[in-house]
Amino acid sequence: MLTWLILLPVLAAIIVSLVPSRRSELHLSLGIALAVLPLALAGYVFWAFEPVSGYQFIEDVTWYAPWGIGWTLGIDGISLPMVVLTTLLVPIALGASTSIEKRRKEFVVYTLLLEAGMIGVFLALDLFIFFVFFEAILIPMYFIIGIWGSDRRVYAAVKFFIYTAFGSALMLAGIIALAFTHAEQFGSLSFALSDLMRLDLPIGAERWLFAAFALAFAIKVPLFPVHTWLPDAHTEAPTAGSVLLAGVLLKLGTYGLLRFNLSLFPEASVDAVWIMGILAVVGIVYGAVVAIVQPDLKRLVAYSSVSHLGFIVLGTFAFTSGAMQGAVIQNVNHGITTGALFLLVGMLYERRHTKLISEFGGIQKSMPVFAGFFLFMAFASIGLPGLNGFVGEFLVLIGAYATLPVLAVIAASGVVLAAIYLLWAYERVFTGVPEKPENQNLADLSTREVALLAPLAALVLVIGLYPNVLLDKIAPSAEAVLDHVVEASGLVIPEPGRLADVFVTDGEGE
Amino acid sequence: MTELVWLVIALPLAGAGFLHFAGKYLREPLAGWLASAAIGGSFVVAAVAAVPFIQGGEHGTAVSLWDWMPAIGASMEILWDPLSALMALVVTGVGSLIHIFAIGYMHGDERFHRFFTYLNLFAASMLTLVLAGNYAMLFLGWELVGLCSYLLIGFWFTRPTAAAAAKKAFIVNRIGDLGLMVGLMLVFTTFGTLSYTGIFERAGDELTSGLATAIGLLFLVGAAGKSAQVPLYVWLPDAMEGPTPVSALIHAATMVTAGVYLVARSASIFELSTVAQVTVATVGAATAIWAASIALAQRDIKRVLAYSTVSQLGYMFLAVGATAYVAGIFHLMTHAFFKALLFLGAGSVIHAMNDEQDMYKMGGLLKKMPVTAVTMGIATLAIAGIPPLAGFWSKDEILGSAFERGGWFSVLWIVGLVTALLTAFYMTRQWVLVFLGQPRWDEGIEPHESPRVMTAPLVILAVLSVFGGLINTPLRLTLEHFLEPAFELVKLQHPPEGVGMFILLAGLSVLAGLAGAAAAYLAYNRSSDEWRGFEGGFEPLWGAWEKAYGVDDIYGRVIVAPGKRAAEAAAFQFDIPIIDGAVNGLGRVFRDLGEWARPIQTGYVRNYGALFLAGTIVVVIWLVAGGA
Repeated sequence: MLTWLILLPVLAAIIVSLVPSRRSELHLSLGIALAVLPLALAGYVFWAFEPVSGYQFIEDVTWYAPWGIGWTLGIDGISLPMVVLTTLLVPIALGASTSIEKRRKEFVVYTLLLEAGMIGVFLALDLFIFFVFFEAILIPMYFIIGIWGSDRRVYAAVKFFIYTAFGSALMLAGIIALAFTHAEQFGSLSFALSDLMRLDLPIGAERWLFAAFALAFAIKVPLFPVHTWLPDAHTEAPTAGSVLLAGVLLKLGTYGLLRFNLSLFPEASVDAVWIMGILAVVGIVYGAVVAIVQPDLKRLVAYSSVSHLGFIVLGTFAFTSGAMQGAVIQNVNHGITTGALFLLVGMLYERRHTKLISEFGGIQKSMPVFAGFFLFMAFASIGLPGLNGFVGEFLVLIGAYATLPVLAVIAASGVVLAAIYLLWAYERVFTGVPEKPENQNLADLSTREVALLAPLAALVLVIGLYPNVLLDKIAPSAEAVLDHVVEASGLVIPEPGRLADVFVTDGEGE
Repeated sequence: MTELVWLVIALPLAGAGFLHFAGKYLREPLAGWLASAAIGGSFVVAAVAAVPFIQGGEHGTAVSLWDWMPAIGASMEILWDPLSALMALVVTGVGSLIHIFAIGYMHGDERFHRFFTYLNLFAASMLTLVLAGNYAMLFLGWELVGLCSYLLIGFWFTRPTAAAAAKKAFIVNRIGDLGLMVGLMLVFTTFGTLSYTGIFERAGDELTSGLATAIGLLFLVGAAGKSAQVPLYVWLPDAMEGPTPVSALIHAATMVTAGVYLVARSASIFELSTVAQVTVATVGAATAIWAASIALAQRDIKRVLAYSTVSQLGYMFLAVGATAYVAGIFHLMTHAFFKALLFLGAGSVIHAMNDEQDMYKMGGLLKKMPVTAVTMGIATLAIAGIPPLAGFWSKDEILGSAFERGGWFSVLWIVGLVTALLTAFYMTRQWVLVFLGQPRWDEGIEPHESPRVMTAPLVILAVLSVFGGLINTPLRLTLEHFLEPAFELVKLQHPPEGVGMFILLAGLSVLAGLAGAAAAYLAYNRSSDEWRGFEGGFEPLWGAWEKAYGVDDIYGRVIVAPGKRAAEAAAFQFDIPIIDGAVNGLGRVFRDLGEWARPIQTGYVRNYGALFLAGTIVVVIWLVAGGA
């Protein structure tokens, strides 16, 4: 089942590539139609997923026995929402790419291959194939930015590639070291996550390995100060590239920290709480402050990602039920709202061929529907209760206070800053009288564009008001990660930090 | 009926949802009547569900709707008790009248249905806030109210001032919300839940007074943002950029009372900290007199009312800070009546004067619009504290309670008394400037009384402003008995006992009110040269009041401008040259190093890939050799 989740996009890419280049009108629509298949399959997996801890739909085939490599796939409450999000965003991103004329076939093929790689990362339970997917993603993304991006696309693409490849090189060394340690301790090489979690690592080695993994993931997130590839990549990438970059690729970093750093190096993770927490909070505040004065809408949204992703990292390393669940659900939330914001900026760019805030003003007059969607997503991003962003941030903040009170309070200032940068941008772009003639008769959203945004808007509301659609499935897996960390490191989580405590005290209260 | 109490929120919410998607297909008045029906229905449900409390003996029930964020004990649940019932009745009752008024006021606006969408959404948000059974859901309503305020202040989005005011309101509110949010973190960490029932019953046992002080002060920060207290009040006067019904509904009768409600609802926490109580009361009294002095010198008819609202909210804070919760809620209710009336009356005047808001260009409107003039006159007397109108009873109860508590509160009582004098002065000044004297209108303006759909709500509110205070007089404490079950865990502060003390204290505040009103009447019921001379006699104070002490300028210079400069420095002098510069510099070093290896620098990614693979193999071999 899970193998098919990876194979379907690959097959789709092959089918699209077989269509002759001169039939260019077919490529995109065929790509979108085929991209719905993995979405449907992911939807089925989501529906069939039992809300219990542990991996489900496990597939485990020995691939290369001498090196202990297995085709091991599985899904739990942490990866499940990300897989569904990925399969949802790909057809939407393709649907937003009608303005791409140049080498359209390749574009669709690369996007579908990218999807396969992203799903592979989330499903892999063997570190070798995880790494293969993790690196494989860089190639289609490199081309998407480098071929279909805007003016400085080559610079941005090379920067993106080298920056992230540099991080992964250290992680690869770490993975190999783990496999050999397994050989030492258990007599055979193994790359299986479950095997490597049983290793008994000396604390010094564990810290070095933690750092190697954490650096790779921190660049992906990105955490301050290794974030500067992101604004460039986002600004130069075509809309689909930005959507998938923000929606999914950044989450590979936060997902990796949660899945691999916490599981493989629990003691080092507990030791690193302050480093990771401070970097996260610096990112929250710094990203937001820098976003305020960005002259370019895409750069503004890009820096807002640096800020929002900080909440996820903070939640990951706060080690309480609330914060952990908040981190996982915020992965999804940020993908939806920031993905939608990039879609919206892209739609504006198609009309005006600029993203500079100063070029706009008063466009709510001619584009009321567009303005409505933008404001809706902006408020979701600001963390307005009732919309999805709030659920994640509030869980993280309230949860993190029990263990990291100072950091949680500083992080909370991010909610004020978010209101400043987004509402100020909204004011300058949408309100007032449209003075520039080219802003006076802009076409409002077409049916196709509304159809791309509407599902995301619906999810924003559903998750905001009834987050249990996800939290039910997330909670047991998040608890399992916490249990593992507690067991391995002897960490004591203070009282209202654990889910069980909450239910007990709540019960007493009533 | 209590099981159906969710309808109180659901009806206006459904109205908003329907109008959002189908509103543009409705003809003009229909959308307005539909929205009014939604909130009117909500009022009926609330009234029926409140019957058990009127009969007495009921403590209230929690109605659980669905789980929201179980990990922090947050669910969607309604607490239907006397306090929430009263708040719901005020919101829906006054709200309905304002909805109806807006049908006339917004006539001809091209986004007519959109306006009512937002009004209904606002009502639903405010009702969520007051009916919430836990702090998380309260926060939901709290923020949604802020959203609606943003949408409604900026409703005429082509006006740059309106858009800026909307943004300012939301951001200043958010600063307050930060305090509330940190307070909630403390609450959750202490109690492991955010549910009222769980917290209040255990507060006495589990909360140290230090923690209670911290929580109380953090809640005060949030309350000061939403209820426009010093130093976060600056958004409210600007909020007058919205259409006038919005000013009446949000910025007078309902939204701004949220902070008062928060403190009253959290009475069990404030009970444990005298420091927090005194701080709340002091902030309230300071706000009351500060804003009242600014209101003295305003020329814009709505700005007078805006600062008046800030000032009156100060009274409510003084009350709840003195633990006279019933008095605070009582004043909240009467103020909703007469301030809504004043704003709607002002709207009626502005409507008649072709959007003129400068009172110096009005005058002599009594004959042109008698209904508006008389009803506004009643509201003026009510807010000035003239017996037996509504404002007298509630304001007097607040002042009496502060007096009775003594100590520092005696000082606050005097501040309140002076404020009462100022209030009577600026309100009478307004009424005289607008309705008496010679017409000072610009040419071409032909004032006329507003249509029935606008005057009818004025009349109803005038009746409430006259008789609304009789619900809680020293002779019959109906409201107190009604609210008692909601405050049974705390000790309530009361005015002094006995007829003699009542007459003495009431006499003092009535005297203050009469003196202020008489002074204003004498000063302003003259030719404009004379009263301009009167105002000039107060220079330079008058100028400072008129400019609202220049607080906006100070904030701009001290906070906004340096903040922006810091952000620019971070973005353009740090992030790009230093952080990114380091990365690119590192890249350049490697490129220069690579110059000698030019032959392998082919520029093809596949070659780099091959090199990468080769490098990896080397590492593997090295590790194998090392491991073996």
